[in-house]
Amino acid sequence: MNEMSKTEITDKKKRYAAGVLKYAQMGYWDGDYEPKDTDILALFRITPQEGVDPIEAAAAVAGESSTATWTVVWTDRLTACDQYRAKAYKVEPVPGQPGQYFCYVAYDLILFEEGSIANLTASIIGNVFSFKPLLAARLEDMRLPVAYCKTFKGPPTGIVVERERLNNFGRPLLGATTKPKLGLSGKNYGRVVYEGLKGGLDFMKDDENINSQPFMHWRDRFLYVMEAVNLASARTGEIKGHYLNITAGTMEEMYRRAEFAKQLGSVIVMIDLVIGYTAIQSISEWCRQNDMILHLHRAGHGTYTRQKNHGISFRVIAKWMRLAGVDHIHAGTAVGKLEGDPMTVQGFYNVCRETHNPVDLQRGLFFEQDWADIRKVMPVASGGIHAGQMHQLIDLFGDDVVLQFGGGTIGHPMGIQAGATANRVALESMIKARNEGVDIATEGPEVLRRAAKWCKPLEAALDTWGNISFNYTSTDTSDFVPTASVS
Amino acid sequence: MRITQGCFSFLPDLTDEEISAQIEYCLGRGWAIGIEHTDDPHPRATFWEMWGNPMFDLRDAKGVMMELDDCRKANPDTYIRINAFDNTRGFETVTMSFLVSRPAVEPQIIMRRTEVDGRAIRYTHEVAR
Repeated sequence: MNEMSKTEITDKKKRYAAGVLKYAQMGYWDGDYEPKDTDILALFRITPQEGVDPIEAAAAVAGESSTATWTVVWTDRLTACDQYRAKAYKVEPVPGQPGQYFCYVAYDLILFEEGSIANLTASIIGNVFSFKPLLAARLEDMRLPVAYCKTFKGPPTGIVVERERLNNFGRPLLGATTKPKLGLSGKNYGRVVYEGLKGGLDFMKDDENINSQPFMHWRDRFLYVMEAVNLASARTGEIKGHYLNITAGTMEEMYRRAEFAKQLGSVIVMIDLVIGYTAIQSISEWCRQNDMILHLHRAGHGTYTRQKNHGISFRVIAKWMRLAGVDHIHAGTAVGKLEGDPMTVQGFYNVCRETHNPVDLQRGLFFEQDWADIRKVMPVASGGIHAGQMHQLIDLFGDDVVLQFGGGTIGHPMGIQAGATANRVALESMIKARNEGVDIATEGPEVLRRAAKWCKPLEAALDTWGNISFNYTSTDTSDFVPTASVS
Repeated sequence: MRITQGCFSFLPDLTDEEISAQIEYCLGRGWAIGIEHTDDPHPRATFWEMWGNPMFDLRDAKGVMMELDDCRKANPDTYIRINAFDNTRGFETVTMSFLVSRPAVEPQIIMRRTEVDGRAIRYTHEVAR
């Protein structure tokens, strides 16, 4: 480290004289700081305003997300203020993105309340994203120390117990979202659910904006859906489920809907990310008490996760949600209609499913993360995917994932059951071939064509969608090329 | 009706050669193979009868196939499944499960409805014998 590594004013008289100091001078920059194992670490991508020194900008981020205000306050001296100050400890230019810098900040554990995502986020993303000296800021990644992880209960069910409850091992789970998402009556809606489940799916799903609209009251939906789920179970001998979306205007109403889902014997309920972190933690606790799998739809995330220069990376949201305690989370498809660079999306999946994440810059994982045995979250791939992409999906994501083909099931030319069967046959054929040693990344299409010879629904699916792809450039890719630090 | 539990039930029934290939895959990943049989394919019938303990020290698919033959002879006309167990920390459960025998005539599963308060219904399932 050079002379820039410390710019803190150490003379107490000068440091606490009334007035305005640079954040780095106030002690929010320490290029020599060695993060402790118990520190929470955050990586921000910042774009300082023209003329703002990147180190001062990084110090400001550390300051505004911990103890600082814009001026010097003598009351700092009543506290062990050195330890309450977050410390920016590394600043690097972002490769290939002029004007942007990766800035690393360490926070002492005392800054955070145990078991509260709301408290964590109020600090880390509370003020700093509106800070004028920055044109833009993005929270790229976080390292959550074991000591902090252990203050959360995590997913109420987790991948292992979910599979045991569903008696479903050795392949991805299959789902579909009921379509059209709006307008079906309860009875018509239940029909779609029955057809999909009997045809071979494990789960059907409410969409994020199906709650209790004039065309379908929530109780009607729940009653018809559970008739469909139980009948499909009788016709197949399998455990089936439907994500009953219990999102509502108040927690009281959400608990009411959750209780009714439980009374009717549903194995799973669903919430939307827009209900907020505290509501998510509350319903997670309810699920834990009631043997219920909790499905999270990430509704709204694209407003702040998609653009690389400002907002929060979805990998951070995935980390928060693993702590907050959800069992399923929509984490992208890479090959479907929605945003997602394949390596970046794999990074999200690793956050959900691994017991320990090593640093993996190509997948956007900047920190090592030990999950302290917190249960694993089942990622969900949903949005514009179809049976013809089965080999790509399994090759990218492996077995512990829910593959959801909504339009690809319900829009099948031979009907919904046929659509579901096509997906299930495509899935089982591909798993079997992979296990037999076939290189499905290259020979996958051939595996599908062979199965289509004896499975008419699969043949029709491949004829209808076989050539559909969504090849657009991703906006959220990892800028991972390592370069020299500016400090 | 065809019960579709297990990860290959939508495919034509696996031949012994195909079963053997799947077992090789499991053994190659260090998983232990167990054989289980039942005449009760209820969706929530968790505990089928074990044909001995999972074969933790067996590393050859041929050995499993011999056990499977014995199990089939001793339990004709039942459901038999192959389970693979992964004892890696963080998994520690069945990691793959597929049917390898079915009875000649599979039973129906009956759904029973008990009408309770309001329009709510309690559902139970029963295997018809």
